[in-house]
Amino acid sequence: MTDLRIEGLTKAYGPDATVLDGLDLTVPSGSLAAVLGPSGCGKTTLLRVVAGFLRADAGTVTVGGRVLTGPGTHVPPERRRVGIVPQEGALFPHLSVARNVAFGLTDRSTRRRRAEEMLDLVGLSGYGDRMPHELSGGQQQRIALARALAPEPALVLLDEPFNALDSALRAGVRADVRAALRAIGATALLVTHDQQEALSTADLVAVVRDGRIAQCGTPQDVYGRPADPWVAGFVGDAVLLPASAANGTAETPLGTIELSKPAASPAGTVILRPEQLRLTDPGEAGPAGTVTDVRYYGHDAMVTVAVDGLDAPVDIRVSGEVRLRLGDRTGIHVTGRGTPH
Amino acid sequence: MATATTRAPRILLGPACLAGALALLPLGYLAVRALERGPGFAWSVMTTEGTAQLLGRSLALAAAVVAACLVLGISLAWLTVRTALPGGRAWSVAVTLPLAVPSYVAAFAWLSAVPGLSGFTGSAVALTLVSYPYVYLPVAAALRGIDPAQEEASRSLGVGPSRTFLRVVLPQLRPAAAGGALLVALYVLSDFGAVSLMRYDTFTRGIYTSYQASFDRTPAAALSVVLVAMTVGLVALETRTRGRRGHARTGTGTARPAVPARLGRWTAPALAWAAAVFAAAVAFPLGTLGYWLATGNRSTWDPAGLFGTALTTLGVAAAGAALTTVLALPVGVVAARHRGRAAGLLEQAAYAGHALPGITVALSMVFFAVRYATPLYQELPLLVCAYAVLFLPLAVAATRAAVLQSPPVLEDVARSLGRGPLNVLRTVTVPLAAPGVAAGAALTFVVCMKELPATLLLRPTGMDTLATRLWTETGVASYADAAPYAAALILLAAVPSYLLGRKR
Repeated sequence: MTDLRIEGLTKAYGPDATVLDGLDLTVPSGSLAAVLGPSGCGKTTLLRVVAGFLRADAGTVTVGGRVLTGPGTHVPPERRRVGIVPQEGALFPHLSVARNVAFGLTDRSTRRRRAEEMLDLVGLSGYGDRMPHELSGGQQQRIALARALAPEPALVLLDEPFNALDSALRAGVRADVRAALRAIGATALLVTHDQQEALSTADLVAVVRDGRIAQCGTPQDVYGRPADPWVAGFVGDAVLLPASAANGTAETPLGTIELSKPAASPAGTVILRPEQLRLTDPGEAGPAGTVTDVRYYGHDAMVTVAVDGLDAPVDIRVSGEVRLRLGDRTGIHVTGRGTPH
Repeated sequence: MATATTRAPRILLGPACLAGALALLPLGYLAVRALERGPGFAWSVMTTEGTAQLLGRSLALAAAVVAACLVLGISLAWLTVRTALPGGRAWSVAVTLPLAVPSYVAAFAWLSAVPGLSGFTGSAVALTLVSYPYVYLPVAAALRGIDPAQEEASRSLGVGPSRTFLRVVLPQLRPAAAGGALLVALYVLSDFGAVSLMRYDTFTRGIYTSYQASFDRTPAAALSVVLVAMTVGLVALETRTRGRRGHARTGTGTARPAVPARLGRWTAPALAWAAAVFAAAVAFPLGTLGYWLATGNRSTWDPAGLFGTALTTLGVAAAGAALTTVLALPVGVVAARHRGRAAGLLEQAAYAGHALPGITVALSMVFFAVRYATPLYQELPLLVCAYAVLFLPLAVAATRAAVLQSPPVLEDVARSLGRGPLNVLRTVTVPLAAPGVAAGAALTFVVCMKELPATLLLRPTGMDTLATRLWTETGVASYADAAPYAAALILLAAVPSYLLGRKR
C-alpha cells in the first residue's frame, strides 16, 4: 500500500505570501490523481514539498504510512522514494539513455536488466545507447518516466510533463504514460493547468485554489457536480442560473430543473453545462431568446443566446451544423440535472 | 518554477568560506600593517608632498589614457559596426587583438624603438594601445543592440543623419562607454609593467620603490591602502553603471541589423585610421620584436636559459591555475545555486581581488609571510597563493556561468533518484560544468603566465618567469636580450587563447 496522505500542509514565502494554506489531499494506492489549478495557485509548491525540495511550514505528508514531512521531520529527497518527471524531461545531457534510466539504481548486478525492462515498459527498448539530444520530445518524456520508475518509487510526481509537447503528440504520450503507470500500479500525482488533460488522464481530480483543495473527486464528479461556480468555470464552460430551490427541483428562468443533490439554501444558483441545453423551435411553449453569437469549432459549435428575462446570456453547445444566424429567435430546452450552489 | 535551493550544504560552504577568507586576507592585513605604527603615522605618509605628486601623476595618466581610449574605442566601434568599411568583420576582430598584449610588452616595443619615449607620453601611448578594446567592445555591442527603427523614426521626423547620431545614438552609447572608461581607469591605476619600464612614477611604481628602498615597509603599506581605496571606488562606480545599463534596455528579441552607412569619399581616411590603430597596437610591437630577434647574436641568444625560464613559467602558471580553479569551484557552485546572505557575502569576497592591483596583493602577502609564516617568504607556495587571490574572480565567474548553464531541475531529479548532495555534485553538477570550468582554468593559466608585479615581489630568489626576465632586461635597455622572452611569452599565451577561441 502506497497511498499518499497530505494533511494541513502550509508553506509561505513571506508574511503576505502564503502559497499553501492548510492543504488536505488523499490519493489511494495505485491511482493517478491530477492536481489542477491556475498558475500561482500553489500546485508547483505542493509538488516540491512532497518531493522534499522545499520544507513545509506546517502539516504532514505521508506515503504508505511513512511520514516524509511532519512536525520535526524532513526526510531529504534522496531518501523519500518519491520519483519525479519534470517539465521537458530534464534528462542528464551527459549520460546515455540507458545510464539515465539506471541513474537511481544501486544494485550493480540487476541494474542493466532493470533499465532494459523500464525501456521496454515505455516502448523504447533498443534506444539505450542513444544520447538524450538524439530523441524527440515525446521520447525524452517517456525516458524521464522510465528513469523515475526504475528504482520502484512509492510515489511518482509528474510536473506538467506534457506541456512542452505539441498537441498532435500529446495525446499519444499521455496514453503511454498512463498505461505504464497502470502496468506497475504506481501511485502518481500529476500537476497540470490543462482541464482536458486532468479530466481525461486522471482517476481523481483535485482542483486547487489559493493553496487549498477547492474540490476533489472523480473527473465525472468534478465536471458534473462542481462544488461551486468557480470550480465549474475552471474545469469547463458553465451556465449559471439564478434559482429558487425546493424538494429536489429548482425554478429558473429556463424552467423547472431537477437537482443532482439537495440545495443548501432555498435561493441560490444552479450550475449547468452548455451541452445540457438544446435549441428548439421558437414557436414552442417555454423559455426562448435571441442568438447573439455563434462560434464554430468543427466537432461542435457554441451558440450564445440572450434569454428573455435573464441578465447574462447563456452558452449552448450544438453538435453538427448550425442553421441559426445572429438575431434569430430560438427556444431552449434543458436536459439532465443541475448542481445547486 | 525551478528555483535554487536556499541553503547551501555544509560540505560546499566549508571550502567556499576558506576560498573567501583567502581572498579577503590581503585586504584585511594591508590595513592592519598600514596602521601598525598608529593612524597618525599612516596619515602623515598619505599626506606628504610625494604622495600628492604620485596621486596627481596617477590621475593625470588615467585621465589621458581614458580620453584617448574613448576616441579610439568609439570611432572604431562606429566604423566597424555601422559603416560599410571594406573588410568590416575582419577589422572588428583585428582591433580587439591588443587585449592579448601585456602592457609591459607594449612598453618594451615602444621603448626599444623610440628610447626617448619614456615618462608620461610613453606610458600613455603604451597603455592606450593595450586598453582601448575595453571601450571598443561594450560600445560595439551597444551599437549592435540599438534597434535601427529608432534612427529611422528620427529621420522620418525630419532630423538629419548626423543630428540623429548625436541625439538618438550617442546618448544610448553613454552607459557602455562610461563602463568601458572605468575599466580603462582601473587598468591604468593597477598597471605596474608599463609605468615601471617607462620610469613614470605613479602609485604602483611608488609603492614598489618605497618597498625596495627601505627596511621600513609601513609607508609602502600606507600607500597601498590609498591605491586600494581608489580602485575600490572605481569598481563600485563600474558596478553601478553596469546595473543601470541593464535597466536602460527596453524590449527583447533580436533587432534587425542596421543598414551600414556608406562612407563614400571618406572610405580612404576611415581605412587609414583603422589601419593606423592596428599598426600601432599590434603590428608595431610584433615588428619591433621581430627586429630585435633578428639583430640578436650568439651572446644574446641563450636557448637553454630561455627553455628553462619557459618551463618555470609554465610550471608556476599551471600551479596557480590549478589552485585558483579548485578554490573557485565551491564558490562558483554556491554562487550559482544557492541564495541567502552567506552565499552573497562569499561571492563578494571572492570578487575582492578584482579591485586589488597585483602589487598590493603581493605586498600584503609579503607582510603576512614575514610576520606569521616566515618559512614561506619568497617560496613558491606563497606566489601560487597570490595568483589565486588575484585571479579568483576570473575563475569564479567562469565556474558560476558554467554551472548556470545546466538547469537546477537536473540536480533535483538526481536527488529524488536517491543520491545525496555530494554524490549529485560529483555525478551531475561537475561533469556538466566541466567544459566551462576548463575554459576558466585555461584563461587563468594565461593570465598567471603574464602576471608581473606579484611575481617580481614573491618569486623565490633566483627564479625567473618570462615576464620578470623580459622586465629586467628591458629595464637595463638590453632589448635584444629581452626579445626572445617576449616572443616566447606571446607564443605560449597564444596557444590556450587560440584553443579557447576555437571552441566557442
